[in-house]
Amino acid sequence: MILLQLFWEFFKTGLFAVGGGMATLPFLYDISARTGWYTTAQLADMIAVSESTPGPIGVNMATYVGFTTAGIPGAVIATLGLVTPEILIILIIARVLASFRQNKYVDAAFYGLRPCSVGLIAAAGVLVVKVSLLNLERFGVTGAILDAFNWKAIALAAVLLVFTRLVKQTKKLHPIFFILASAVIGVVFSF
Amino acid sequence: MRKLLDLFLAFAKVGVMTFGGGYAMLPILEREIVENKGWATREELMDYYAVGQCTPGVIAVNTATFVGYRTAGNLGGIAATLGVVFPSLIIICLIAGVLTNFAEIPAVKSAFAGIRVCVCVLIFNAVVKLWKGAVPDKAALLLCLAVFVLSVFLDLSPIVFVVFCAAAGILFTRLGVRGE
Repeated sequence: MILLQLFWEFFKTGLFAVGGGMATLPFLYDISARTGWYTTAQLADMIAVSESTPGPIGVNMATYVGFTTAGIPGAVIATLGLVTPEILIILIIARVLASFRQNKYVDAAFYGLRPCSVGLIAAAGVLVVKVSLLNLERFGVTGAILDAFNWKAIALAAVLLVFTRLVKQTKKLHPIFFILASAVIGVVFSF
Repeated sequence: MRKLLDLFLAFAKVGVMTFGGGYAMLPILEREIVENKGWATREELMDYYAVGQCTPGVIAVNTATFVGYRTAGNLGGIAATLGVVFPSLIIICLIAGVLTNFAEIPAVKSAFAGIRVCVCVLIFNAVVKLWKGAVPDKAALLLCLAVFVLSVFLDLSPIVFVVFCAAAGILFTRLGVRGE
């Protein structure tokens, strides 16, 4: 039964996630919030693994979520669920490729869909910020505003931002380098 | 049959060699599909990419389905798609299986707490990168901010936003507010 549910959830994700791998992220949060199959923190870990392993990120995340939810059958079913609508859509479009690309309604719809995708991914990012840079549990206990922030994590985020966006020598590096460095820093400074 | 197996294996190779998907895949596709196999020209590949961006789903999967279909029909599309996802299935199941057993070790917990910080930065960078192509004018900016704010504060399915924004895109274009 859970396999059927997994297939359906990922079928919907494959059908509505527009704009590449990261666009599946808001859908995965939505699934987690509704079903409780995995937590926000677990999902953040899955993103990191999906970025650091071969394969398209969207597919990796679907496989990982499926595995976490229902083992190897879950991984297979979630992945198949994700790609089924894509296969159907492309097989239809491949027959009418030229007219699809020039269709003014398609173009207009995607003019609206692209900013939508960015907004949704950013909103999902806020949830990751909540579990990694903030410490709302301790804030709830002590009530002190300074306790709401995880200062070690914020310092690391600032350093990572500088290296991934500003420093010319490092900003072209593959994300896996930054993920591994963050893991080491996490262990050394006991995050 | 031979052709289907060929497609499956070629795209499995692409899947193994891709880190990150999307545009990271383009040079590998060019080498495997255009130069080695001759299944598509460079221009066709760019067309498939463009369509992949304006259809739902993972771009790597869309491109695989396209090339597979063009090479060997419907079954070709399916074989190529299964090929591109196959390495992910194996690799992720192995890693997930191992990590599940080690998840409770304090050092592993600390490592992932550090990694989660990095994920924040990676998502931020992804948003900045997408922003440039996705938000060309004020109307798109309005749409993007509205989706962001509503999605943070309301418990709505992303599907609602996707359907609404597709309609808004058509409406904005018709009203002529696009491009201002």
